Amino acid sequence: MVALDETQLRDGVDRETVETVQSMAGTYKHGWETEIEMEFAPKGLNEDIVRLISKKNNEPEWLLEWRLDAYRRWLTMESPDWAMLKIPEIDYQEQYYYAKPKSMEEKPKSLDDVDPKLLETYAKLGIPLKEQMVLAGVEGADEPRKVAVDAVFDSVSLGTTFKKELAAAGVIFCSISEAVQDHPELVKKYLGSVVPQNDNYFAALNSAVFSDGSFVYIPAGVRCPMELSTYFRINAENTGQFERTLIVAEKGSHVSYLEGCTAPKRDTTQLHAAVVEIVVLEDAEVKYSTVQNWFPGDENGKGGIYNFVTKRADCREARAKVMWTQVETGSAITWKYPSCILRGDDSQGEFYSIAIANNWQQADTGTKMVHLGKNTRSRIVSKGISAGHAQNTYRGLVSMHPKATSSRNYTQCDSLLIGDKCGAHTVPYIEVRNASSRVEHEATTSKVDDDQLFYCRQRGMDEEEAVALVVNGFCREVLQELPMEFAMEAQALVAISLEGSVG
Amino acid sequence: MIPRAKLVQQKRDAAVTWLDGRALPEGGVWATKARKAAEDRLRDMGMPSKRDEYWRYTDPRRLTESTVQPAVLHDTGDALPLFDRVDRVKLVFVDGVFDAEASDAPELAGAEISQLRDAARSDLHWARDIYGVLEARGQTPISRPLASLNTAFATNGVLIRVAGKAPRPLALIYRRSQDTADALMHHVIRLDAGAELTLLEDGPVAARYNQVTEIDLGEGAVLNHIRAQGRDHERVGATHLFARLGAKAQLKSFTLSANGALTRNEAVIWLDGSDGTAHIAGACVGDGAFHHDDTVFVNHAAPRCESRQVYKKVLRHGAVGVFQGKILVDQIAQLTDGYQISQSLLLNEDAQFLAKPELEIYADDVKCSHGSTSGEIDANQFFYLRARGVPEAQARMLLVLAFLAEALDEIDDHALAAELRDHLEAWLNRRT
Repeated sequence: MVALDETQLRDGVDRETVETVQSMAGTYKHGWETEIEMEFAPKGLNEDIVRLISKKNNEPEWLLEWRLDAYRRWLTMESPDWAMLKIPEIDYQEQYYYAKPKSMEEKPKSLDDVDPKLLETYAKLGIPLKEQMVLAGVEGADEPRKVAVDAVFDSVSLGTTFKKELAAAGVIFCSISEAVQDHPELVKKYLGSVVPQNDNYFAALNSAVFSDGSFVYIPAGVRCPMELSTYFRINAENTGQFERTLIVAEKGSHVSYLEGCTAPKRDTTQLHAAVVEIVVLEDAEVKYSTVQNWFPGDENGKGGIYNFVTKRADCREARAKVMWTQVETGSAITWKYPSCILRGDDSQGEFYSIAIANNWQQADTGTKMVHLGKNTRSRIVSKGISAGHAQNTYRGLVSMHPKATSSRNYTQCDSLLIGDKCGAHTVPYIEVRNASSRVEHEATTSKVDDDQLFYCRQRGMDEEEAVALVVNGFCREVLQELPMEFAMEAQALVAISLEGSVG
Repeated sequence: MIPRAKLVQQKRDAAVTWLDGRALPEGGVWATKARKAAEDRLRDMGMPSKRDEYWRYTDPRRLTESTVQPAVLHDTGDALPLFDRVDRVKLVFVDGVFDAEASDAPELAGAEISQLRDAARSDLHWARDIYGVLEARGQTPISRPLASLNTAFATNGVLIRVAGKAPRPLALIYRRSQDTADALMHHVIRLDAGAELTLLEDGPVAARYNQVTEIDLGEGAVLNHIRAQGRDHERVGATHLFARLGAKAQLKSFTLSANGALTRNEAVIWLDGSDGTAHIAGACVGDGAFHHDDTVFVNHAAPRCESRQVYKKVLRHGAVGVFQGKILVDQIAQLTDGYQISQSLLLNEDAQFLAKPELEIYADDVKCSHGSTSGEIDANQFFYLRARGVPEAQARMLLVLAFLAEALDEIDDHALAAELRDHLEAWLNRRT
């Protein structure tokens, strides 16, 4: 890439962003591996493995039964075939379902006791596990913005930062395995209440074998004093990652939650089937942002993560609000539909998404907005970008139930094609069962505008930079919904993900 | 959830049951071959099921069950003939059976018109390149078993081949005589290079009907198709329109549907030659126990083609409107211009609109967009009219007509469009 002259920086793209993009330019940046001794459960999946995972996590009987129930249901289910994805047959017996760094055998009391190799891993990824640090490159106004991090490495959580400060505010932020020990009543009450065990094939699998993930509880009336973040890293080979996240926002509370993910570069594909459940009560607000950057496979489509994720928020009470923002750049296959159940009257759901598929990636992603309460509102903005040989599908449901009177939905999905070997698809389902609700859906598909590219090229940008700039403009409506530190990373990722897609 | 393999088996079993005791109609070599192939397709696909993704919003049971529910004509005013002002060649079908006596002589300059029941007896006919051929192609990517069933068993229908510019429209008029007639009709329309035809269809057909129309347009051919579907309340019907367009060919098809207990109109259009144009539109008004489904598939298989889908539905008192539309753009089809809009106006709280407007695009230099909206009468527009002294009922009517007019505007022939508009207005007036 050619360095940019200061005068050529566009509004909203600062120098730092461009430099970050330049420094990260090349191939997948997080493709290295941490060499560390691991402890694996035996390969394959059966009831004994489910029992083993439950035992490793020292779980109560009811949870083991819950897992076994999920496993038995999973056995009777079929892998979904409706997405526009070509999924090679997955041999579930050829996977490891539990992998834990040996050094974590004795649970460290604090992050200071964690194996330095593991800490190095996160340092290398740019994830601050030290409390004084803020995410790279972000300067707060006066005092630096704090972000609490839960770091999940393969099947286990390494630790969570800022625990004390959060506890002072009444916020519980820990791994779900800790929550099972320390707050069993909350876990029992809410686990599976948004995504039941038999919700779908991958959710059933996750319910049976989930190993770790994050648990967040925001008490009534509390505005979480900092952003919460979980960083998932798959490291071990042939190991599936099945994390489970549960967020409960009590009346009038507020939290912003960030999620990031990476994995090493390997020839073989790896499975990731996560479940995220969010319970939002009266007047509470949850903002959930994801930058998904699992290894997408190489330029020939070899390797990569299969990302089969069920994410759902239940706005249970009046005026609850949830906002999903996702930047999907990674994974060989993405199957993911973060949804909002708008049960409470006047509740609100929003979904902002950028999905980029390059090389041989396949993405089938979108959202569901299920309007059950009166005067509920939802908004969907989806930007899909396809390049190389990739296939990118927006799939979404907007459902207005008979009782959801005077509700409102607005959906906009735009697709951008770069090159003539990729595909961009839109599959919206619109179900309106009452007259006073208003639903609007718009979708467009186009190519990168030649005039815009020409304009950029005339000003000395090379083709890739020009495309990155145009694409960033195309995504802007979504990028601006991201928390600041994520927006930067996302902008950089947009550019990197499209590398090699032109010319 | 039924396992997928079991569902396939159930559907196949249903086809076997349906076929049991039914023999394919007798015929000459070409027709027998086409019918046999269609029967094999039906056995393979099985009967449609409510569990099929493709039948997600419409239950096909009433279209396939062994007995026909009686459909009584309640309001004779509903059966008033359309297009009487138009100078046309009339071919009349009663309960789906050709009635030569009631029809005009099948004479239209440049056109060769025969009946399927006659042509099927001969061993050789030009229609063999189209009959069941386009239908078979229409079975991918999604199977449409009702159309194969039709190809296999239909004995009535008209085969039209046009060489030049037809001087007058050809009108297919459907009348009813019994309350439980079950009609199968299969039309084939071939327009040679440069040929032009206006095809009109009108009438209630039968208590239940299954109609297939296969259209083959040669280079530069132009077909204007206007259809007004039966206005009786209780009939059920499924229609399939399969159209293949050569280079620079033009297809304009408009359908008006008013009532009927269940209507499923499928259109499958292939833009096979470059610079083709396909405009397909529909307006429907439904009241009460009314279920209306438009399922459209437009495949851009050549460069520089234009397609347009415009669907408008006015629904009240529990009526259900369905729109499933898909634009598929092949990799070769660069410079495609594809547009699709589906809108519904819900006049009562219990009306429903269910839509699945899809885009599937494999070419990068395209302009494709779709939109879909649903809602009630705009309060501001209504207020505007009321403030100017327009009585409530009239204001409502004006807004409903204005909403439907966008679909009627798709008809090029203003006289025909005006007749449909008058007709619609009269219909709406009777119901308010």
